[in-house]
Amino acid sequence: MSAIVVEGASKHWTTSDGQVRAVDRVSFALDEGTLNVLLGPSGCGKSTTLRLIAGLEIADEGAIRIGGRDVTRLPPAERNIAMVFQSYALFPHLTVAENSLFGLRVRKVPAAECESRLKDTADLLGLSALLNRKPGQLSGGQQQRVALGRAIIARAPVCLMDEPLSNLDAQLRAEMRQEIRALQKKLGITMVYVTHDQVEAMSMADRVILLDGGRIEQNGAPVDLYESPANAFVARFIGTPPMNLLKLVAGAGGAVVDGTDGPAMTPADGAGGWIGVRPEHIRFAPGRGLPAIVDSVEYLGGDSLVMTHAGRARVAVRVAGAVAFRHGDAIGLEWPAGALHRFSADGVRHAPSGQTSGATAYV
Amino acid sequence: MTRTRQWLYAWLLLAPAMSLLALFTHYPAVANLWHSFYSTPKGARPAVWVGADNYVQLAEDPIFWKALVNNFGYALGTIPASIALALLMAMWVHGKVAGRGFLRLAYFTPTILPMIAVANIWLFFYTPEYGLLEQFTKGLGFASHNWLGSQSTALACLMLVTVWKEAGFFMIFYLAALQSMSPHLAEAAAIEGASRWYFFRRVTFPLLMPVTLFVLVNAVINAFRLVDHIVVMTRGGPDNATALLLYYIYEIGFRFWDSAYAAALTMVLLVILGLAALFQFVVLEKRTHYQ
Repeated sequence: MSAIVVEGASKHWTTSDGQVRAVDRVSFALDEGTLNVLLGPSGCGKSTTLRLIAGLEIADEGAIRIGGRDVTRLPPAERNIAMVFQSYALFPHLTVAENSLFGLRVRKVPAAECESRLKDTADLLGLSALLNRKPGQLSGGQQQRVALGRAIIARAPVCLMDEPLSNLDAQLRAEMRQEIRALQKKLGITMVYVTHDQVEAMSMADRVILLDGGRIEQNGAPVDLYESPANAFVARFIGTPPMNLLKLVAGAGGAVVDGTDGPAMTPADGAGGWIGVRPEHIRFAPGRGLPAIVDSVEYLGGDSLVMTHAGRARVAVRVAGAVAFRHGDAIGLEWPAGALHRFSADGVRHAPSGQTSGATAYV
Repeated sequence: MTRTRQWLYAWLLLAPAMSLLALFTHYPAVANLWHSFYSTPKGARPAVWVGADNYVQLAEDPIFWKALVNNFGYALGTIPASIALALLMAMWVHGKVAGRGFLRLAYFTPTILPMIAVANIWLFFYTPEYGLLEQFTKGLGFASHNWLGSQSTALACLMLVTVWKEAGFFMIFYLAALQSMSPHLAEAAAIEGASRWYFFRRVTFPLLMPVTLFVLVNAVINAFRLVDHIVVMTRGGPDNATALLLYYIYEIGFRFWDSAYAAALTMVLLVILGLAALFQFVVLEKRTHYQ
């Protein structure tokens, strides 16, 4: 059974410039005990979707079910959820222990029970030495842990997280990512996790729901979003740097990259559409493949990012180690057939990867 | 920078504020204490040392005791009421009510109006026979009552004016604090199922403590330095029913020109205010969370 079901949920805001649809008929179902990431750029509706599930906003239309129960109109407290806020929302005048126990006290859980749960949670998160401190005396990472502790101490089956790591530095973020994932698996919580950081999404999630403009662009496992993006938006969003999208026009022997004389990338029906290739799948092939000119080289240590252009298309190439290219060098680009993605003129995925034309087995 | 120069800079930076404080606050306070041990100089007779005579006179002065009791009653009657009202109004206009900009302005109006004008308006409200209050109570069939002219109601009438005036002013501070509070706190509490009252008691009110402390200090000081309303509305009457300490000091010092006795009375006022400040900063400070 799905732990959380969102069915055609919409939320509008009325602003001075008219009505804004923050969430536009969004539907998805999340499995029990999984970590699900709502991903997207700012303003895509991911936080609003989370707040609809939390009950901090009420959907204008559609339905939300948690654990099989219709909670669309229920207040947050009756939804049996916990939530971690981006700002942590710790009560600054209360100690770590009091912050953690806030919810249990509200629900009048007996003192002995509070005591043992506090001990368990503090042990789990390494907060035992900090119980008498106030949030102001803690580092950002410790505050994050307290917020996490306050969420899991209630033992709610569903935990909602609104960009929980965005206030931490990069190193701590990587640690907390693993820790949250491990905790989620250990406790078997169904987690909904909002982030704009695709690294968090790809590394933690069982399921990623990528949103844009209040609509779902793609809903699937991280590997699906990476290997078969449903449309050009997903292709441009996932990956660092994201997938190269090259506009095709009609040319000799099929469709060619706009501004080049060939070789043909797809059969003639591809003209007007796009092909996509990930920077890490492209290899340099002197004198072969798609001719391109080097614009710049960024050395990143483990690998290098070579920015090139082929006709009117800009193509990023990621290769291992350092490279000796210079601005203006002419090179050839090639990639395995399976690495080529085709999108129609309106950005929709054309065919599964690897099943494009046989003529383009190697460009 | 050498140590001497640092030292010099420090004193130079401190000097302006320090000299003003010393000249207009500390020196007068010490001089006042000094004068309270002398007699009042009159014409050809210079002030002579009288020791504690002024304080003995004070202890035997029934009007002083009356003023003191009045003043404590006035403080007790106005401070909690105006603070509670300020908090209540702040919570209300902080929420999503229609026309809240207008409401906020309306509540702040008493603060921006000149005191004398305000006192005159209220004087009209309380006027017997044709005052606003009388017109209302007469309409309901009550007997006529001279609100400011009666010993039993005069002080309460003044207290009402003070609460009306102070609450709006204090509200602004509460409102500012409420608006700087993260809305996520309330949401976090809502998810835990905390009622509005529980959230207010456990979170909002404790977080507002710094404001409450600040407002309390101001309210206490205001309660003990009220003069203008009394001058306009009652002049301390009837039969000293509305005589408060500072008004009494003003009468002794500047109407009867007994400056030595006024100095002794001023010392009492200073001690009361000092104790109040000490209590607020030592006892309440400990229970206050600053962000």
